[in-house]
Order: sequence, then C-alpha cells, then structure tokens
Amino acid sequence: MNYEPVIGLEVHVELNTKSKMFCRCSADYFGKEPNSHTCPVCLGLPGALPYINKVAIESCIKIGLALGCTVSEKSLFERKNYFYPDLAKGYQISQYRWPLCVNGKLTLDSGQVIRVNRAHQEEDTGKLTHRGNETLIDFNRSGVPLVEIVTEPDFRDVESVRDYAKKLQQLFRYLGVSNADMERGDMRLEANVSVRPKGTQELPNYRVELKNINSFRFMVAAIEYEIKRQIKALEQGEKLNQETRGWNTDKKCTFLQRSKEEAHDYRYFPEPDLPELRIKNIEFRIKNSLPEMPWGLKSRLVELGLSEQIAVVVSENRIYGKSVLNTIELAKPEGISPMDVARYYIHILKKNIDENTPTFIIQEIKKEKEGKISDLVELERLAKLAIEQNMKSAEDYKKGKVAALQALIGGVMKLSKGKADTEKLKPILEKLLKS
Amino acid sequence: MNDITGLTLTQTIKALEKKEFSEEELNEAYFSKITKLNPKINSFLNFAKNSRGIPAAIKDCILTKEIKTTAGSLVLSNFIPPYNAAVVEKLLAQGISVLGKTNCDEFTMGSSGENSAFGTTKNPWDLTKVPGGSSSGSAVAVSADLCTFALGTDTGGSIRQPASLCGIVGLKPSYGRVSRYGTIAMASSFDQIGPMTKSVEDAALVLNWISGEDNFDSNCRKGKFILQPQGLQTGMKGLKVGVPKEYFGKGLDSEVEKTVKEAISKLEELGAEIVEVSLPHTEYGIAAYYVLITSEISSNYARYDGIRFGGTRDLFGSEVKRRIMLGTFALSTGYYDDYFAKAARVRTLIKQDFEKAFAKCDVIVGPVSPTVAWNLGEKITDPLTMYLADVYTVPGSLAGIPGLSVPCGFSSSLPVGLQIFGKQWDEETILRVGYAYEQATKWHNEKPKL
Repeated sequence: MNYEPVIGLEVHVELNTKSKMFCRCSADYFGKEPNSHTCPVCLGLPGALPYINKVAIESCIKIGLALGCTVSEKSLFERKNYFYPDLAKGYQISQYRWPLCVNGKLTLDSGQVIRVNRAHQEEDTGKLTHRGNETLIDFNRSGVPLVEIVTEPDFRDVESVRDYAKKLQQLFRYLGVSNADMERGDMRLEANVSVRPKGTQELPNYRVELKNINSFRFMVAAIEYEIKRQIKALEQGEKLNQETRGWNTDKKCTFLQRSKEEAHDYRYFPEPDLPELRIKNIEFRIKNSLPEMPWGLKSRLVELGLSEQIAVVVSENRIYGKSVLNTIELAKPEGISPMDVARYYIHILKKNIDENTPTFIIQEIKKEKEGKISDLVELERLAKLAIEQNMKSAEDYKKGKVAALQALIGGVMKLSKGKADTEKLKPILEKLLKS
Repeated sequence: MNDITGLTLTQTIKALEKKEFSEEELNEAYFSKITKLNPKINSFLNFAKNSRGIPAAIKDCILTKEIKTTAGSLVLSNFIPPYNAAVVEKLLAQGISVLGKTNCDEFTMGSSGENSAFGTTKNPWDLTKVPGGSSSGSAVAVSADLCTFALGTDTGGSIRQPASLCGIVGLKPSYGRVSRYGTIAMASSFDQIGPMTKSVEDAALVLNWISGEDNFDSNCRKGKFILQPQGLQTGMKGLKVGVPKEYFGKGLDSEVEKTVKEAISKLEELGAEIVEVSLPHTEYGIAAYYVLITSEISSNYARYDGIRFGGTRDLFGSEVKRRIMLGTFALSTGYYDDYFAKAARVRTLIKQDFEKAFAKCDVIVGPVSPTVAWNLGEKITDPLTMYLADVYTVPGSLAGIPGLSVPCGFSSSLPVGLQIFGKQWDEETILRVGYAYEQATKWHNEKPKL
C-alpha cells in the first residue's frame, strides 16, 4: 500500500520588542548576564501582575494580517497551567479558546495553499542549564513575547514544510517583528506528523508531535525519519499512538518523550489578571501600514524582467529588494536592462546599499557599460586569476554546485573594477572550469 | 498621652496640624499600646517603632519592601519582599508609616482568622470569640486602637466580615478601584484592597489615597476616588434604599436580624425611602464563588514552588491545600464546562441581579454576617459551615460592586455590622449613607475593654 504523510506545523517566533510581554524588563536577553533582565513580574514573585505590551500585540496583528487572518474583535489571554522549573508563575499566559488572529493562509511556490488556523500571542519561559548534578535557571528570557502560528494539517511532503518555514521567516523579517534567527532560538518549529493510505481523505486517529528540536535541519530529518518509521510500523500491522517524540542527533532517529497517558492537562482558563483584548481601530491602522510581502515584491520584479532565481535572491531583504525595484523602474528610460541593474546590485554593491541612491547607481551602470571590458583575451586572463584566488568556489562548481559560478564572476568583477562584460565572461569561466 | 490612640485618622491629622502632639509622640503611643496588648490578642505578626509618619497597620498579605511579609503562611515565614505593593507606595507618599503587619488567615483563606500559621487573633470584645477573617489582625488592630487605620483585603468578605464582627468600619471598593500590584493574590478577579477604619470619613480618605491607576494592574481603573467632605455630608434625603428579601431568610440569627432591621428603620427615619428588592440568585452565590476562586487559586498558588523564594508546598495549611485541589479538579478536562464555565455563568446572573435591583434603588442594605462572632474552634473542623458565613458578602464580590460595613449595634454584647452595597464605581453613595447613619447613631464610639 502507498502511504502519504499528513503534517501540521506550529511555529513559535520571538518578537523583537524593546520590553517583555508583560513587564518593563528589556527583552534583549541573548548573551546577557543570567538573571540580569528580571523583575517581580517575570520572576513570578508574590503579588506581581502582568501588564500588556501593546507593541507586541501590534506585531502579532501584523503577522496575522500578513497571513490573511481575521483579527478577532474580542480575544482573551488564558492561562496554560503546568509545572516546570523554568516557568516562573507555574502557568504560561497564552491564548487557547479566543486567539487574536484566526483563519489565514500562505501560498507556497508550488501553488499549494497552507491554511493557517491561528496566530496567537503568548510569552516565553526561562532557560535551564544542566551542569553536573545541578541545574541553573536563567529568567532573562522569561516573559519575552512569542507569537505562535499554527497550520492546519495541510502538508503532504517535507519540501512544502521547508518552503513554508522559509516563507514565514522571510515574512517576520519583512514585517520587522523578529530577527527570526533559528540558531538563536528566535524561531522554533514543532511538527505534528502522521501517515495515512494514499487516496484516503480523513485525518489519521493519532498524531506524533515532534518537539524540542532546535534546528531546522534536524526538524526536516526528524520528519523524514518519522514518516518512514510510521509507514514501516503500519505495514507491519502495528497501531500508532498519540505521543511526543524528540530527535537524537547522534543516532539520527526520533525517540519517545511522552506517551498519551502522560500528556498534560493544561487546565486552560481565562487569565483573570488581564482584561479582554478589544481590537478594532488599530487593525485598520496596521493594515494600512503593512509592507508588501516578499512574494509580492518577487513577482513584481519578475514582471519587470528579472529571472525567477535572481528575483528571489534580491527580494530576500525588503529594503534591498525595494531599492532594486526602484532602480529598475528608473533605469528603463535610460536603456538599462533590469538584469544589468540586478547584476550591479549583486556583484558590485553586495549588501551595501545605504549610501547609493538609484540615480547614482544608474550613472555607475552607464559608466560601467561604456568602459566594459569585452576583450576575450583580457577576460580570460582575469577569469584565470579569479579562479586562482578562489579555488574553493572552483572546486565547488566542479562538484556540481552551479551557484559557485556567481562567486567567481564576482571575483572577476572585483579584479576589473566592475568593468568585465559578464555576458561574455560566463562562457569563458565555464569553459575554463570544465577543462 | 494614651488617649491619642482613641482618635480617628481624620482627628489625628487635625491634631497634628494643630501641633497638639508630635508624630513621634503619636508613634510612641501606638507602639507602647501594641507592646502591651498584642500578646493578648495576636493582632500584629510584627511591628516596629517609627519616629515619623501616621502609623498604619498593613495586612500581612500586602508586600512591604524589606519588611517580612508572610501572608500568615509557613511557606513565606522568611519572605522579605524586594518591593512595595502599589497601595503601600501610595500610603508612604501621603506620609503614612508602616507600624506593623497584621495577622490573617493563611493566604487570606478563611473567615475566622484561625487558619493563620502564626496563631489565632482574638476578638477584643470577647477573647474567646473569633475576630472574623481573613483580615482579622487589621480589624482587631483598629477595634483595639492599635493603629490609626489599617488596610485589609477582601475577596469574598474578608474586610467587611471581620469589620462587622469587631465593630469597625470596613470598605471593599469596586473591583478595579485599587491596584492589586504587590498584594499577594488569592483570587485575581475578586481581590480588592480596602480601608478598615474607626469612622466612615476615614474610610473615604484612605480610599482617596490608595485608589487610582498605577500602570501595573491592568484591571485597575484610571483616576482616583475623590469625595469632598460636603459630598459625604449630603445626608439621606431623596435616597432609595433597597432591602433584598433573600438576605433575611433561613440561617440569619434572629438577634442580628432585629439589629439590622432597626438600622434600616433608622435610615428611613433619616429620610431614605425603603424599597424591597430581589436578588434571586443569592442562593447559588456560595457555590459559584467557591468554584471560581478555587480555580483561580489552583493556578495562582503554582508559583509557590520553593525555587525562587519561600518554602516548599508541604508547608501549605489544610485550607490552602483543599482549595488548590478543588480548583485543580474544577478546571480539569471534562469538568471545566460543568464547573468553571457554569459558575462563570452564575456570576453573570448575580451581576444582573444587582443591575436589576439597582434600577429601583441607590444602595442595597442587609446584614454582613448571619451571626455575631462565634467561639474560637467552633467551625474550624467544618469547612462548609465556615464557607456559609460569607453568604451575604460573597454576592457583592461576584458582582465586583463596592460594599461597606458600618457598626449598627450589639447582640449578646458582640458587634453587629450593617452592609451597604453600591453600584459599581459608586463608593460615594454608600459612604454618604454610612456617614449619615454613623452621625445619627454613634455605635462606632463604642470601644472594647481590654
């Protein structure tokens, strides 16, 4: 029998607000002296009360709106009760029955639409460090605002999971609400994985939660492993259960962390220390201030004449992408092609666009065009030199990493002070590398 | 000099202005009186002599920076708070000094004061009787003239009931009138801090001091409570006083009933129009209240894990444990809808009861407690009977409305209190009624003989 995976994703993103979610402590905790960013509120001392950070709520609404969610006119904070030493109050202030943003969607490159069930506001926990027999707690992260984005179980393969997560990461950065750095833990993924016979429509009666997996690469590996494990189990006639599993990086396999019987009863109830959230007027204001999403900018760049691949690269960063777009539009009447503009940005400017206005850039491109080195002998000389200086890229290319060519082109551009004619340079480089 | 302690807060302020005595003499007078009487009544858990300020007693569930705050619990027996509660900050800004911390039922859970881990507080009118609870020490300190005034907290009656049983004035403000920041929570959607005083005028003054937003309690209302003396003295004329029939039924002691009814007659005499009102869901009040507060308690008390401060959970007393268990059950999967959600609906009905009743009257009056102070030890082994002692105070807590207890006479030589409920945010009218009644009766001038 053929099986297909059914996957849903929960993404936690830490917001880059100045202060924490419910107190005035600085939320910039990374690498700081342990317990130096704390107060009675985020330490959960007797008598302390939460006070809502409005900027965080606005960021959550931005994320929701960018994902096409409906912003709930009325939403509530709720308490998720469980014990863990890093959870100062013994409960996390979160949202459950009345989330802030609901019913959104995100379209993948494949055209598949992933339904977003919710984007809700909550707070982060402290951090435990185990050292020999003792465990240390750092509460600097306690109370840092988190937004959780939960999809419907719409993924059918790991590639779409990867694409979705990358798009979300780009979205957070575009909105400027988070650095979304996976390594620093700004963005965390949890996956719910189950498999069913291909062709069936109903959801499987179990799901395996993959949790506490701190890297994107490991999450992909864990999902892939899990799909195989589950299919094998079903083929052998085993019954699969609701459970939580982690990833063993050494053995490269998932392992049971908590079975259904051990599942928490979080005893959610409305947070009595906080009033209802009533969102109406600010939703409109935020909607009007939302920037264009990366995929929107990308398709505009493609319409203007950039290749798909180049458009993706330059639209990765919002300010950079917008600058490219502006320059392309201004360069058209001057007879400069969009690809020329893009090349100039990628090879000459690199990420350094701060002091270069579009008009200045256009002038530079003109100069460059006029003084272009098109002499094949000279180009070949420069190309050999560039390869010598960057043997690693040359090796990479030979191993089949086509993108490495760009680095070598960049090398030649540098040597020629940007005057090499890349259209003629490219076949020369390819020839040299193949020989 | 000892008679200084017989003055009300307002009288004390006037006397200080006229330089009849110094702040130092005032502090000395209260300090020596506490030193003498506290061993007998166990009203203060700790106290200290200040040389300046007007000395006030603070219930021990209200945090005082660098002054031990135990909330009557062994869990916090060595807890020295690193910060002041919002109300304490506000009092300090008014030139008030913290004279001491008063005894209370452990974490304010109780109606008799007997749940304190540090011994029972005694009723100054009869040392064999309970003082009421949970603000027992504060009520006794005011009643025995051991402070100019005290702060208490009220979740289901913890200011009003001990005020009634000790013959003083106690005001529970509207929920959201006073910032709860830095006051140890029992049930967050009920708790309010309020004045316990020797006169109604004092209560109005203290409420003015402690009310108003502080940007630390999200449920606290903007703006201070302001009541000019003229407002307080407007009198009873033109006011409609509602009397709920449900407050005069089974369970109410006949002597208490008689005393309260006499007080209502007095209000009529003073020019009020008496109207009968109905609060039909009163009988469900206690059940709904104990489901909701225990749910909140089960969550609020999770932070007492002994990791960052305080002792371990085995040090909780049995009433605290009972409530944590009840609330954990009420919120559990499969029970939430039957217990928490249903109780929340009852709360809405009770709120609506009051709204409907207040369409017909300006204030609602009745007894505070079904009985006068009972014997120490009498109800402590029977939690349910103890819970029923709150039957007349709890509905106002569910509705979040203000309630005032004023002395209205004696039954078997023990004080009886009259409860005056007001509309939400309308502390002004209940204080006005309380003041008119107090001026006409002078029950508040009666003092226990210690």
